[in-house]
Amino acid sequence: MNSVEGLVNQIQGLSTTASDVLSLQNLLKQADDSLHAESTRLLPFLDQLDPSKHSLGYLYFLEACTAGPVTKEQAGSYVLMIARFITSCIAEQIRLAPDKFITVCKRFKDQVLLLEEPLRGVAPMLTAIRKLQPSSEHLTALHPEFLLLCLLSRCYKAGLSILEEDVFEVDQPRDLFLFCYYGLVASQTGNDKHWKKVVPESIGASTQCMLLLYTSVVVTAPMSTVNAIAVEAFKKYILVSLIHHGQSPTNLPKYASSVAQRNLKNLCQPYIELANSYSNGKIADIETYVEANKDKFESDNNLGLVKQAVSSMYKRNIQRLTQTYLTLSLQDIANRVQLNSPKEAEMHVLQMIKDGEIYATINQKDGMVRFLEDPEQYKTCEMIEHIDSSIQRLMTLSKKLNGVDELMSCDPLYLLKAGRERQRFDFDDFDNVPQRFNI
Amino acid sequence: MDGEDDAPKSLMEEMYANGIEGVDDAPSSSTSTTIRKNRPIISGEQLDIEAYAALYSGRTKIMRLIFLADHCDNSGMQLEALRMAYDELKKGENTQLFREVVQKIDGRLGPNYSTDATWCAMVDRKADQRKDKLESELNAYRTNLIKESIRMGYNDFGDFYYAHGALGDAFKSYVRTRDYCTTSKHIIQMCLSAILVSIEMGQFAHVTSYVSKAEQTPEALDPPIIAKLRCAAGLAHLEAKKYKLAARKFLEVGPELGNSYSEVIAPQDISYSSNAFTLQNKVIDNINFRNFLELVPEVRELINDFYSSHYASCLEYLGNLKSNLMLDIHIHDHVETLYDQIRSKALIQYTHPFVSVDMRMMADAFKTSVAGLEKELESLITDNQIQARIDSHNKILYARHADQRNATFQRVLQTGNEFDWDVRAMLLRANLLKHEYNLRASRKI
Repeated sequence: MNSVEGLVNQIQGLSTTASDVLSLQNLLKQADDSLHAESTRLLPFLDQLDPSKHSLGYLYFLEACTAGPVTKEQAGSYVLMIARFITSCIAEQIRLAPDKFITVCKRFKDQVLLLEEPLRGVAPMLTAIRKLQPSSEHLTALHPEFLLLCLLSRCYKAGLSILEEDVFEVDQPRDLFLFCYYGLVASQTGNDKHWKKVVPESIGASTQCMLLLYTSVVVTAPMSTVNAIAVEAFKKYILVSLIHHGQSPTNLPKYASSVAQRNLKNLCQPYIELANSYSNGKIADIETYVEANKDKFESDNNLGLVKQAVSSMYKRNIQRLTQTYLTLSLQDIANRVQLNSPKEAEMHVLQMIKDGEIYATINQKDGMVRFLEDPEQYKTCEMIEHIDSSIQRLMTLSKKLNGVDELMSCDPLYLLKAGRERQRFDFDDFDNVPQRFNI
Repeated sequence: MDGEDDAPKSLMEEMYANGIEGVDDAPSSSTSTTIRKNRPIISGEQLDIEAYAALYSGRTKIMRLIFLADHCDNSGMQLEALRMAYDELKKGENTQLFREVVQKIDGRLGPNYSTDATWCAMVDRKADQRKDKLESELNAYRTNLIKESIRMGYNDFGDFYYAHGALGDAFKSYVRTRDYCTTSKHIIQMCLSAILVSIEMGQFAHVTSYVSKAEQTPEALDPPIIAKLRCAAGLAHLEAKKYKLAARKFLEVGPELGNSYSEVIAPQDISYSSNAFTLQNKVIDNINFRNFLELVPEVRELINDFYSSHYASCLEYLGNLKSNLMLDIHIHDHVETLYDQIRSKALIQYTHPFVSVDMRMMADAFKTSVAGLEKELESLITDNQIQARIDSHNKILYARHADQRNATFQRVLQTGNEFDWDVRAMLLRANLLKHEYNLRASRKI
């Protein structure tokens, strides 16, 4: 008891300046075990601490408190406490003990789920992420948790906004994998039910792009063994690239790990066959194939994506027609695209015009469709701004790339490896790079 | 000869040397050199086999006759061809082919034409004797180490094998003479023989290599030889489906063709397939070539029509010639492709100068239906050979020139997106790799 009280006093005293905080941290680290031992009795002490000033200490106490098993009633109060803490804590202080923070937040998520009110956890979790991240380009361990909460509470919009941030730094590969996976599920379920109502259609394409990005990263990431996330990601990768590009690379690029290259294909057989029959271009074949393997697709929760892929095939065929024809009768369109009737053709074309995928006018009297050119003249101010901002973005990106490259070339491990494998032509060639770095 | 019945073929268009009289003074002395006669071709309604066969001689004559027999539907002509082949073979020494022909005849020509077993046996015996003699001679030469005689010995061997139809052995013997060739004349002779045999064997890769070898000899070549080489090269290209190259080669053949190979096909056939307008211009303007054309008036008409855009009649001629072409050994496989190419070339040429074209008129010009024409045009547009759009409602074809400026903008934006995508993926991956590496390193240390 005394040690705990003494600790509380010290926390209150040392939480002002940065150097004090550091010494406080050392103290807290040492006292951690004793805190854990007294976890059940720590609750009243928490009231003496102010989370907005004594964040670090509060954090330690909080972590010790919630360490044990939690009942539903306790969960309610804990949730409130943690939420309040998260909103009011000082970011710099908690960044000193990120692991603790992450543990606390995870427990928070568990409790929120226990209470079956995931919605309550969404906003605090977002704040937590913001406070934990050194910059918005970092992916923390909390990102996947956040996405999970969004999924469970059906706040797809919030989840999507975080998906759209550029992510460059990753703490743990596992976080990235989980993040990507949840992101996929989020956008996909969103697509199926709520998307059309909540979000304008234009996001569909860019979300797809992003998904493609993330899944391809997951699939080509270094792995020593094939993990389940990679397999799922690969399946979705095939489907999304079919939708987006109209073709799917059945071979992984060379920089994917050899484990992935060898095994992923075997595990995703039905998808690869789907991709193959897609490239053959016969819609009837694809549809029969989809019907035949419906259960498999459904069990992977990919049925929606598969259906989207099939419909994208119609779209692609119609788009090809716009290249060759100026006007075409609906009957002809139906014939060429292998649809069943002119009515269906009309529906497809109508949908595509609405989505902005083709430019055309339908003349119902004659049953003719007239294809128009893309009216974009690239002369407006908005277009110029768009181009300008793209250029700016790309320039920053390439600067970043250069920066990373420089950083890498100064990295001692890299130099160690490169130095060892350098070619030596001449005795005089030995310059000052030593064989081993003693760090 | 008795008239052939209802042969739907018109005339043959195989083109041969123009009127250069005189026998070859080429150094080649092997008996397999085929001699070409200069004879104007009479255009008639039916394929005159005798006239056709008379234009060739040697082994090719037999091969062509057999090919004719295989591919023609008319049994009268078949028998005629086989009979001539039989006669021809009896004059020679090739018992294997003889047996083949006899099988094909199958007793249909009467008792005179059945397997003449005694004749076969006699020929074979003679052949063996000759072979032994040649071998002993060759061995004698080899022990004496006289280069020239060794070379001649191998040459004789080659000829012998060729006459008997053992083409592989003939080829080998000819190639062996290479080691003993002293002058470039010898080399040329060797190359020519090798080329001949390879053509017969259908190994056109060898043909090309020997042609280039022959062309590299330092001495100036006689024009007939050059012409022969060019023909051979053209044939090789044809087999390799490089029609354009084949066309060029045949064009260069020129009138110096003197006695050249009778395996050659009408160079005109190749000119049909040539895809370059300029090449076709060269065809007409090439005065030398005109001489060829004089000998085959139908073909000349055809080319003229093509140029003056009378496509209907042009295609009609083509249709007539098609059946004949199918009977020629070399071009048989390529007829379909060549015809398709000619047709699409005609279509492209037709649409080229117009901003809009009424498809009904075009269909009349090409003698097809509007629907069929639409399909053909569609495939050409998709292949990007015609820049146009079809107005299916009014059946008009509108020329369309892509707006460069818009296209450039689109491409720019797209490239930007791709760059963005790639770099971000790369950075993420690099990060992951770094972690992985760190993990591994920390585990080691």
